[in-house]
Amino acid sequence: MTWVNDVIQGIMLGGFYGMLACGLALMFGLMRIINLAHGDIAVLGAYLIYVVLEHWNTSPFLAILPVLPVMLLLGYFLQRLLLERSLRSGLLVPLLTTFGLSIVIQNLLEQGFSPDVRSLGAQAGSVATASWQITSQLSIPAIGALTLGVAIVIFGGLQLFLSRTQSGRQMRATAQDPDTAELVGINSRAVYARATAIAVAIAAIGGMFLAIRSDFYPYSGPTYLIFAFEAVVIGGLGGSLWATLLGGIVLGVAQTIGGQINPEYPVLAGHIVFLLVLLSPRGGLVNLRRVTA
Amino acid sequence: MSLLEIEGLNLRHGLLEAVRDFTLSVDEGETVALVGANGAGKTTLLRAIAGAHRPSAGTIGFDGADVTRMPAYRRVQLGIALVPEGRRLFPALTVEENLLVAAQRRRPGRWNVDTVIEAFPMLARLRGRRAATLSGGEQQAAAIGRALITNPRLLLLDEVSLGLAPLAVEDVYRSLATVIAEGATVLLVEQDLTRAAAVADRVVCMLEGRIVLEGPAGELTRERITEAYFGLRRNQAVDA
Repeated sequence: MTWVNDVIQGIMLGGFYGMLACGLALMFGLMRIINLAHGDIAVLGAYLIYVVLEHWNTSPFLAILPVLPVMLLLGYFLQRLLLERSLRSGLLVPLLTTFGLSIVIQNLLEQGFSPDVRSLGAQAGSVATASWQITSQLSIPAIGALTLGVAIVIFGGLQLFLSRTQSGRQMRATAQDPDTAELVGINSRAVYARATAIAVAIAAIGGMFLAIRSDFYPYSGPTYLIFAFEAVVIGGLGGSLWATLLGGIVLGVAQTIGGQINPEYPVLAGHIVFLLVLLSPRGGLVNLRRVTA
Repeated sequence: MSLLEIEGLNLRHGLLEAVRDFTLSVDEGETVALVGANGAGKTTLLRAIAGAHRPSAGTIGFDGADVTRMPAYRRVQLGIALVPEGRRLFPALTVEENLLVAAQRRRPGRWNVDTVIEAFPMLARLRGRRAATLSGGEQQAAAIGRALITNPRLLLLDEVSLGLAPLAVEDVYRSLATVIAEGATVLLVEQDLTRAAAVADRVVCMLEGRIVLEGPAGELTRERITEAYFGLRRNQAVDA
């Protein structure tokens, strides 16, 4: 029964990783940019929610509402002013740009908020601690179920956006063939900016759950970037969106089971699964396809 | 007045000069065929007119406006549409989605998803199929439809018969004939000289990035085009 419990906890943890990986996969699938600042952007989102909560005594779930439009704008201008320019110089330059951006965000956060460790768990109220006891050895924490639920809504919503809306179709077309996309009337730069805006906003939602589930400080980003990146790779680079969520869940389950074997093993177990997937002949649960959604 | 006005155009691929000092004008309603051997610069020229290749010198005028530096997606709004070599449909999008994506910046006009499918009846049952699963002829029909749906004033066709079965070529040209008869302005690249001469009002033969022969389709003999095509007589006078 412990194992069943581990798997369930792992699936819920995987929802969290999937949420963090979502924007990373979107940007990679569309522009081939590996955003090394993605984890820091999530942490930045957490800090913005923290700022809102300082002025408005409410729950983080409400405090994120004004943060989301800010993050959308931030993502839009990040693409327009920084990444678009670096994209023109090949694939390596955006990687270096986001690496630099990561350091800048970390240092600005330390300047602005001190290196203290914070958490939004207390402000989240009973959701952060409540759980449903199914049997003596199986309990489902409310925050875990909520994380997974929100992750499914995000992935489902993004899937619907990509398949049903004109803007989403343009994104898929541009991901498949940017040159031809321009020739049929698609402004690829505008498409890229829209996608980065969405990716950054979703990262902020991930940042909120990060801040509620555990604590954060200005340098938390890279750890979560690694988990998000592993989720994307396990799901299959450039594969479908749902594969990314699946990749997050595989990583989450690996970590909880690793933790069950030895409390020191969770992160190691995740890395081992990641390496095994990389070594496997197909290189990812869903094979390498350059298809978004 | 001419719809397309190209003057002194130079196009390069790195150090290679693909098109040199190229001047051509195409009148509204005219159908011009570009012929020439591989590497003559035909595809590069069409891509430059559509905005996918930036000229190193010269100007491209469209309907009186200078579009030389205009991005490709805005030229679509003005009415320039290219059917690229190799069809280049979005493989994971359905046929209908391929059409819808291009319809975003369509100009007002008769072409929409329904009229395109009417003009290419074979697309009707393929609407929901992913483009990658289509045959060459079906893909070509969809690619032409994708260009038509923008309601172009100038349609650029790059080797629409390349790699197609003879029957499929017939189908594609039969549909094109309707479009041309309706008065569309068309600039097409075609390897099949007979076909090019049959469709076009005027034939322009390119060799190493320059025009070596140009004239009304009815007046140029196959022999003269062939000579120009292979560059057998270099100092062929331009007679038009």
